[in-house]
Amino acid sequence: MTHTLGRPDFEVIAGWVEPGHRVLDLGCGDGTLLKHLIETRGVSGVGVEIDDANVLAAIKNGINIIQGNLEKGLDEFADQAFDHVVLSRTLQTVRHTEGILREMLRVGREAVVSFPNFAYWKNLRSVLDGRMPVSEDLPYEWYDSPNVRFFTLLDFEALCAKMGLIIRERSVLDEEGNPVACTADRDVNFLGSLAVYRLTQPR
Amino acid sequence: MPGHSIGAVAAQRAHFDQPLQLRSGGVLPAYELVYETYGTLNAAKSNAILVCHALSGHHHVAGHYAEQPDNIGWWDNIVGPGRPLDTDRFFVVGVNNLGGCHGSTGPSSINPTTGKEWGAAFPIVAVNDWVHAQARLADLLGIDSWAAVMGGSLGGMQALRWSITYPERIRHAIVIAAAPKLSAQNIAFNDVARQAILTDPDFHGGNYYEHNTRPVRGLRLARMLGHITYLSDDQMGEKFGRELRNGSFGFDFGVEFEVESYLRYQGDKFAGYFDANTYLLMTKALDYFDPSRENEGNLTATMARTKANFLIASFTTDWRFTPARSKEIVAALLANGRHVSYAEIDLNFGHDSFLMDDAHYHAVVDAYLRNIKL
Repeated sequence: MTHTLGRPDFEVIAGWVEPGHRVLDLGCGDGTLLKHLIETRGVSGVGVEIDDANVLAAIKNGINIIQGNLEKGLDEFADQAFDHVVLSRTLQTVRHTEGILREMLRVGREAVVSFPNFAYWKNLRSVLDGRMPVSEDLPYEWYDSPNVRFFTLLDFEALCAKMGLIIRERSVLDEEGNPVACTADRDVNFLGSLAVYRLTQPR
Repeated sequence: MPGHSIGAVAAQRAHFDQPLQLRSGGVLPAYELVYETYGTLNAAKSNAILVCHALSGHHHVAGHYAEQPDNIGWWDNIVGPGRPLDTDRFFVVGVNNLGGCHGSTGPSSINPTTGKEWGAAFPIVAVNDWVHAQARLADLLGIDSWAAVMGGSLGGMQALRWSITYPERIRHAIVIAAAPKLSAQNIAFNDVARQAILTDPDFHGGNYYEHNTRPVRGLRLARMLGHITYLSDDQMGEKFGRELRNGSFGFDFGVEFEVESYLRYQGDKFAGYFDANTYLLMTKALDYFDPSRENEGNLTATMARTKANFLIASFTTDWRFTPARSKEIVAALLANGRHVSYAEIDLNFGHDSFLMDDAHYHAVVDAYLRNIKL
């Protein structure tokens, strides 16, 4: 199976947005996802990115990009300004986990979060073999990883429960980017390499 | 950044007979603006960029004068063939603002009704007055709509004002190292500068021209103070530290530290050519600038009038107009759903960073401008 722009979670996210929706992409890199959503799904979008090279690349891509640090909140965005706030493969790099999730649901109706699942069986096997996992979804060595939070799919769901967040939808993908077929939480946690969630909160 | 200077340029002069009603209540019955243009206006007249100057700037933005090869424009590093404001693609216009002292009508110009310099009689001019005057220059040049209006500091405020006053006549606003209004601290610095000039015995209530003198001491102090606010603490530390000119303390009040020498030199140089009345006017234009006043301090409501797309840029070490001040503008634009990009550029030169030839900074401006459809 081939995936949009080599990022299987992008396809999942593209399926969740609708034409005319306002999308905020946090840690948007060079704006590839936003550009894809704007061109193929007819959304309007803004990205937030901290890295100079990515900000420049996003401007080149014609994306509206706001340079900023997610750890410091999203002060420049008004309450409920967006339909979807996307945090794609970035949550594990953010120290203020609860803070960013709350901010996402302050500025947006729905949070879309994707992250690598540390409980994926190959990751577990790697640790059992004595080495930290390095894979498609966890492409860093332990000493150069930007990741500061190491958590599993079930850890994340426990946090959502603690924060009172509602999981509207969950899409779990294996290392090839194909949806994991089973539904039992334990199995999904074991077989899923990348998880994508739609979250809301009670209003 | 590749590219090169535009080369030899010449200033032009335009006369306007239609009276200009000013925000202060005054009226300028007629006035002149000096300006320069670089590049060629295309047939559709869709490729014009207005570059607005800051407190001490003028119309000579880029290139040099044929007879004065060392007189290089103040933003030459960003304008020219292959540079971010690519004169092979854009028609770039620089203009000296009203109240200036580089050729446009200002306090040191001759008031036709008296035959003498305007001096203290020159009315207080506001940023919006400049914008109206610039719009008349655009009319004269046949430019219905600017591809972009751009500036740093007070120049950025003009770009912002353009987007509010003439939303139909500006497609992009590039606002660099600016703020939506001055803080109390900003105004305080301006007032100390003004007091230095106003209390100089040679000021003569602003009519020093007829006394054949100039308030050089006051203007020098004003510039020294201003200059401190343009630089960053780190940069001053790196550049001067506590270096002594003669290696040891003299235990007197002469020039001892290198930083003293530098500031005095800057003050002397500036006081030698700049007009004190213009300095007063520019600082008042800064102090009065606050487009949100039109909506009881609600900048978001004011920015609702805009239609342009925006590039907002700030510099990490700018403590005069900090990144937080630029983000106020960004927030007001985002709240209105405007197309806006914001770059926070890590440069060590404080407020003056906007004038620096930095590869990343210029690449950001270049990338933004390249995406402008003509």
